[in-house]
Amino acid sequence: MRAQDQPGRWERYFWPVLATALFLAFWYCAVVWSGTKIFPSPREVVRGLAELIHEGVLYHDIIDSLRRVAIGYFAAVALGIPLGLLFGWYSAVNQVVNPVVQILRPISPIAWIPVAIILFGVGDYAAIFLVFLGAFFPIVVTCVDSVANVPLIYRRAGSNFGLTPPQLLSRVVFPAALPQILVGLRIALGIGWLVVVAGEMIAVSSGLGFLIIDSRNSGKRYDLVVGAMLLIGVIGLMLDLLFRRIETMKPVRWGFRHES
Amino acid sequence: MPSNTIIETEPATVSLLTKLRTENVSMIFSRDGKSMSVLENINLEVGDGEFVCLLGPSGCGKSTLLSAIAGFLKPTGGEIRIDGEAVRDPDPRRIFVFQERGVFPWLTVEGNIGFGLGRLSRAERAQRINHYIRMVGLEGFEKSYPHELSGGMKQRVEVARALAVNPDVLFLDEPFGALDSITRMVMRSELLRIWQAERKTILFVTHDIDEAVQLADRVVVMSARPGRIQQIVKIDIAHPRDISSPRYLELRDGILSQIGLAHNV
Repeated sequence: MRAQDQPGRWERYFWPVLATALFLAFWYCAVVWSGTKIFPSPREVVRGLAELIHEGVLYHDIIDSLRRVAIGYFAAVALGIPLGLLFGWYSAVNQVVNPVVQILRPISPIAWIPVAIILFGVGDYAAIFLVFLGAFFPIVVTCVDSVANVPLIYRRAGSNFGLTPPQLLSRVVFPAALPQILVGLRIALGIGWLVVVAGEMIAVSSGLGFLIIDSRNSGKRYDLVVGAMLLIGVIGLMLDLLFRRIETMKPVRWGFRHES
Repeated sequence: MPSNTIIETEPATVSLLTKLRTENVSMIFSRDGKSMSVLENINLEVGDGEFVCLLGPSGCGKSTLLSAIAGFLKPTGGEIRIDGEAVRDPDPRRIFVFQERGVFPWLTVEGNIGFGLGRLSRAERAQRINHYIRMVGLEGFEKSYPHELSGGMKQRVEVARALAVNPDVLFLDEPFGALDSITRMVMRSELLRIWQAERKTILFVTHDIDEAVQLADRVVVMSARPGRIQQIVKIDIAHPRDISSPRYLELRDGILSQIGLAHNV
């Protein structure tokens, strides 16, 4: 790693901080100059969030949202990866299943809300189900593709050492496909986080999505609406950064454009 | 190390047991409704412990032939026998070494070399890995990942991974093609050293005439489209070979003109 390849340490923080400051300044000025009575300024948002923290509500909303994402997402991972590997491995199976997957995949999880409520009633499980749906299809599709993209050379090398098909799948195909699968998992997590907010607006009465819709409905508290929006953004960013750390781990690092 | 330098000059193949035999092997690929003959009537016999190079221009089917012998492809005609048994599938007794691209990037050097040693006990495996790491000169890189290594080092890892399962036969498909010329020379002499120490049967595909004449007991010259055996040249020079000796130049020029190239560019 050479010095000129990397921005200086201060630069890595300076520019993002500057950009955020400029954004906040622009927001503040826009509110002041337009003289809006509805849209809150950054200060009002901070004050609103502080109020929520004080009441102990915010913490529970965040935990509820994260919990729903976690359960739905891990269910999608636990089911999606084995199925995706299987479909990718047995192309005959994939030919049968693929049309169905391709039809279901473009349907926004939000369109599933009525169905989710019929199946699970208004409550946690409906929201979790939506997260699951949102994450499941991208995971399956990337797994199928990444298995198909494993170079023939690795499969041949593996079979040359006398591996049985299940061993070949677990010891060669899966690790070879893993970097690409991780990209799909990261995208799926992002989608899960998007979907939980939508689900919470309709199906449950807690979480950041509920906070947004509830703040609007009960007293037009737009400071809380915007505050919850920003929180959703920040938490989403943190989830993504967390996931990127996995991508730098050594057994998968070769599949990403990191300099070693 | 066995002193085979003297024996080498004898017509070795005659005294050797046949390890591998192809009988009228042909291969026809069909693509977009058209069929193309890639290999035609390949009859080849390789002795136990012999080093044979398959030499030919790109597209002459030499890699296809090697893949078929390794059991990755089924010939459309004829039969391949190793130790008298028909080859149907790849087998750990015969390991195929790709260009360094065959190294598994998700495993460390140790992990790669130990890949085929699943049946051994932990201690035996560690000992075997250690032995081959030293043989290919990768001490200190046991925990490194392939993307942290140079091309030549990766190639060593792959050779070591192949040797670690103690196969009878090694198939090498242009193994040094992606290396720079200095590393390639080093790798050639290391391969010869390993071959002399371990006495494997080696089938080595190359398009490099010098490489073939430097390494092989016999060079199988192939012609292109459809791939046929044009001539088999015995290299009766003892190792280490003097690549400026008259005999070396004579053999090399003979192959050059066989392929139809004048030797002055």
